[in-house]
Amino acid sequence: MTKCNCKGRRLLKNDGKWGQRLAKLAVYALLLDFGFVYIYPIIYMVLISLMPTSDLINPTIQWIPTYLDFENFIQVYNTLEYDVAFVNTVILAGVASILQTLSCALAGYGLAKYRVPLKKLWIAMLILVFVIPTSLTLVPQYVLFNSYGLVGTEFSIWLPAALGQGVKSSLFVLVFMQGFSYPKAYDEAASIDGAGPIRNFFQIGLPMVVPTIILSLLLSFVWYWNETARSGLYLDGNIITLPLQLDKFNSLFGAAYPAAQGSSLNRLNERIQMAATLLTVGPLMILYLVMQRKFVEGVEASGITGE
Amino acid sequence: MKNKKKPITIRTRNSMIGLGFLTPWIIGLLVFTLFPIGYSVLMSISRVEFTVSGMKPTILGFVWFEEIFTKDANFIPALISTVKFIAFSTPMILVSSIILALLLNKVTRGKGFFRALFFFPVVVVSGPVMSKLIGNDATLLIQANDYGIYQVIANLPEVISTPLLYIFDNVVLILWYSGVQILIILAGLQKINKPIYEAASIDGASGWQIFWKITFPYLRPMILLCGIYTVVDLSCMSGNDLAKLVENNLTRLDAPYSYSAALSWLYTIVVLILLGVTFLLLKERKEKQDD
Repeated sequence: MTKCNCKGRRLLKNDGKWGQRLAKLAVYALLLDFGFVYIYPIIYMVLISLMPTSDLINPTIQWIPTYLDFENFIQVYNTLEYDVAFVNTVILAGVASILQTLSCALAGYGLAKYRVPLKKLWIAMLILVFVIPTSLTLVPQYVLFNSYGLVGTEFSIWLPAALGQGVKSSLFVLVFMQGFSYPKAYDEAASIDGAGPIRNFFQIGLPMVVPTIILSLLLSFVWYWNETARSGLYLDGNIITLPLQLDKFNSLFGAAYPAAQGSSLNRLNERIQMAATLLTVGPLMILYLVMQRKFVEGVEASGITGE
Repeated sequence: MKNKKKPITIRTRNSMIGLGFLTPWIIGLLVFTLFPIGYSVLMSISRVEFTVSGMKPTILGFVWFEEIFTKDANFIPALISTVKFIAFSTPMILVSSIILALLLNKVTRGKGFFRALFFFPVVVVSGPVMSKLIGNDATLLIQANDYGIYQVIANLPEVISTPLLYIFDNVVLILWYSGVQILIILAGLQKINKPIYEAASIDGASGWQIFWKITFPYLRPMILLCGIYTVVDLSCMSGNDLAKLVENNLTRLDAPYSYSAALSWLYTIVVLILLGVTFLLLKERKEKQDD
């Protein structure tokens, strides 16, 4: 793969128009190849989920369904308790992402703008929080929540997010730190005009880092949506979310549509599993389609790369 | 707010305000990270009993660790498979994200489209989704038996065939986990000044030389960052064997919590070692640059 890349460059050196065009073409061809690999599982998922069962067995049909069959989506919708799970997931991830963004912005602002005592220690702690596996703190946190009666409530997810210890919080703190390191003159000007630190934060600081805020909101939302390790344990089955439902989909489906009841319709097959997966990630895919620019530009503008 | 006009006070006041901004995070750090870490140390060396007043740990020493290494038949295989998974995948992810970033950096038209496409998996990846996709063959791009080359590679000496087969089997996984890394490296590439490349090609450097002598050294910090991100990302994936083992032992009857606490400490140590190795391999070598 590297070889092709160099070939492209060598052709470029020849200075010929054709050489350049060929090199460009090769680059696009490679990009398309990779792009196909990226999108392949998604195409597979969508097509398989739309196929009628007869197509799955038919060896002559690989990609294009003979007709579209949506019946499995109804089964999956019922099995996942989609309406409840969807609303739960949106609320859980939405609130968590707002809380996480706020707490990380505050911490990032403090670290970027002020000479905080023990600054090096705090940054070392940020990195420590980032690198330790979730499973290390999982059980003690559970015990903690349990003793305050928070197990089975959303607060077991929201509290750590509100205090900057949520999913990949450290990453966001670092990103905000980078974002807030604009020249001090702005704050000084505002202070001379009589703005206090809190006003400075809201009226000067936050408007300066809007792309970072959007990125943090979006990524936190997506990561909280997809998170199962914590929510599986802390929510205790009390609040169902889409990925958690998907995780135990096979047994849920078996319970909702017992195979003994006869027809092959009730058999758990690929298309039903793929439909369940599609319904779980579908909302995220739509979100991404709409906000795709904000995601990508956010990552680039946020200065994750500035280090 | 009171305005005292002593210079020392302003400075202390300033740092106090900063600390104020940091307070929620510091409280979180103490309550949700440092306390749990300390508590899991305690749990890993004791037996937890449930009494009326709550959980009561009795310190036993390193019995659980001893049991893990001497009696647990699942631990060593899970450890090996997890380490293998991270150690194989990380370099692959890094190499493929460098290649893709280089390619993206070459094109102008459709750049936005490809960037968006390559970042897309970051949005949908999660444990259950991945296991459903893998379980239903959605990630099996290359059907092993369809291609003769697969058989040829499988017959090569193991040193060569194992990594190659790994790529074949996990190509989607490798690419799907490089979304963030591609963007980081791409942003790094865009920061390199064009005149440096021009100067090099005037001096007669080939593309290969330019990559290793200019591009790669410039990218080094980004690659290090990506390496660390990748290791952390992969080790947090709830699907790996070691994480599963920790989860399965959570409610073990004779050792609730404590056995899995011991396991998760070993897991943490393994991750830290892998991170250390990544850091040592990818960090900048200052002395060499002085030459």
